[in-house]
Amino acid sequence: MTEIVHPLHRFIRPHVTSTTNCPGCGNGIAAQAILRAIDELGMTLDDFVFVTGIGCSAWIPSPFFDVDVLHTTHGRPIAFALGIKMGLPEKKVVVTSGDGDLAAIGGNHLIHNARRNIEMTVICLNNRIYGMTGGQAAPTTPLGLKTATTPYGTFENPFDISELVIAAGATFVARWTTYHPRQLTAWIKKAIQKKGFSFIEVITQCPVQYGRKTGSGSAVEMLREYKERSISVKEAAGLPKEKIQGRIVVGELVDKEAPEMLEEINRMRKRASGEKT
Amino acid sequence: MMGNTACAEGAIAAGCEFAAGYPITPATEIATRLAERLPRVGGVFLQMEDEISSIAAIIGASWTGKKVMTATSGPGISLMLENIGFAIGVETPCVIVNVQRGAPTTGMPTAGVCGDMVQPRRGSHGDYEIIALCPASPQEMFEHTLLAFNFAEKYRTPVFVLSDAFVGHMREEVLIPEPGKIPIAHRKIPAVGMDPQKVQGFLDENVAPMPIFGKGFRSHVTSSCHDEYGKRNLSDLAALDNFVRKLCNKILSHKRDIVMVEGDYEGAEVVLVSYGAVSRAARMAADRAREEGLPVGTLRLITPWPFPGEEVGEMAKKAKKVIVLENNLGQLYPFIKAEAAHYSEVFFLPPRVIGEIHDPENILKQIREVLK
Repeated sequence: MTEIVHPLHRFIRPHVTSTTNCPGCGNGIAAQAILRAIDELGMTLDDFVFVTGIGCSAWIPSPFFDVDVLHTTHGRPIAFALGIKMGLPEKKVVVTSGDGDLAAIGGNHLIHNARRNIEMTVICLNNRIYGMTGGQAAPTTPLGLKTATTPYGTFENPFDISELVIAAGATFVARWTTYHPRQLTAWIKKAIQKKGFSFIEVITQCPVQYGRKTGSGSAVEMLREYKERSISVKEAAGLPKEKIQGRIVVGELVDKEAPEMLEEINRMRKRASGEKT
Repeated sequence: MMGNTACAEGAIAAGCEFAAGYPITPATEIATRLAERLPRVGGVFLQMEDEISSIAAIIGASWTGKKVMTATSGPGISLMLENIGFAIGVETPCVIVNVQRGAPTTGMPTAGVCGDMVQPRRGSHGDYEIIALCPASPQEMFEHTLLAFNFAEKYRTPVFVLSDAFVGHMREEVLIPEPGKIPIAHRKIPAVGMDPQKVQGFLDENVAPMPIFGKGFRSHVTSSCHDEYGKRNLSDLAALDNFVRKLCNKILSHKRDIVMVEGDYEGAEVVLVSYGAVSRAARMAADRAREEGLPVGTLRLITPWPFPGEEVGEMAKKAKKVIVLENNLGQLYPFIKAEAAHYSEVFFLPPRVIGEIHDPENILKQIREVLK
């Protein structure tokens, strides 16, 4: 009898036998989308370096993907990734990170590297809560929701992370949910190929913390909610603002050209050594 | 040449290819010199959004095999400390220059005060060991920076250059040897092509080869407790014990190779112990004392970390009185006293005014006092 092996199994580190994700977590859907994208592009993991911060999102490639992975400190993965890209410009550098990493403690690195337009892909697993530490409010938690640190409901306005990176100058931004694995895969492929700072926001379910604390229910209920609340960019564009209130606008939000930092550095080096540019 | 400029030149001579930093007085001249010099040798200096990202970016670049550095002052180090601990935990060669200034907090940026002497050793959380060098002249800003790169490569660890505003902004003649005559160290890396599963890239007291990125080692690098293969272990206390001790012993078991002092105390009854800019005043005071026929010697700590305990003890066995001189309120004094007090009487002489280099006359007065 032939052994049946998952087609993406070859991308998993050999000694890793089990996942650390909770049942129902959206990380698995995102992990598959990333690996499928790499596979469909005809690339291998050796073409990549993965960088993570702290939080559940970090555990997508660390230690699971059989590739160079730098698992860094909370909020700082993009800053580490910038240094890696400087040293290995020919590699694709991908950061998997969360809304706590990117929109709270590491917000500064997110906006500045979007501004720099350094070629890298940042995949933000936005579960709108601190999952690993037990369901505390994040800068992305919708106003009024009850969490571990807001037992009477949050009283702060949340960030729209994609709008934040667009405003900061990111040249490629797309948002999907874990209800959209095929679209997610397709747009991760585009992001990886983008010569510039690309950002993918994945709205993802955390049934154990977000689901329980906020009363959003199980993984299935949360995915159903994503299905019902999602609205495409095209559809949303024709509607007045109040009609898209509470909806998740999904699709490609930005794809534009801007000077890319590594290319600019190469030009600067030529100027420094007196060559004409 | 200015001390800070000499520091940047030392980095270039060592083969630095990437530097990142954030403007801060009195260290900025290192960044401006590197920004001018690095692109011409195929490198780059990046001005980052803060010091946290500066240290993060150089650690990232070091994992690609580059020689890297950052330069800042006390407030910048305070911001970097979490990631300095990260660099220690995953054994990342990098050079961190602290041109110390008047502190605490924003303090007085242009004042030269060695107020951050224990910070590299104890600033980040947890048990760890560090290497630090303390230059006393622009020439040593060049030499110590070069040496810091070599130690960083050899021991796969962050290495501090603990300068201050005096030495950083001091202008003296600096002799830069010809490129071929400069000893340059390179980190070991595993054999390219070997089975990634068999690469033992971490936690060797004799320094594991660094499984840098992009070479097919498929390295899993995590600062969380891990084993020799880099495999994370968050439940076994024996693994934590191994993690902490191996990292510490990697430095401590090589103290003989790392520790540097400059002793001139043969036949001396009183020994002046100092480091950095203050050692110049100590030297001058000792010379004058000898002219007066007083039995005075000096011991200068070139590497405050790892602490030269044996060397201090040896000196104290021969001296009767030890005077510790620091341009602060006594940061290394407790460490020196702990080693010296078994054998001799130990005194501390703070500067008359914090931020003012000791007046040799004032040191002489203290020498006469303890010799009474």
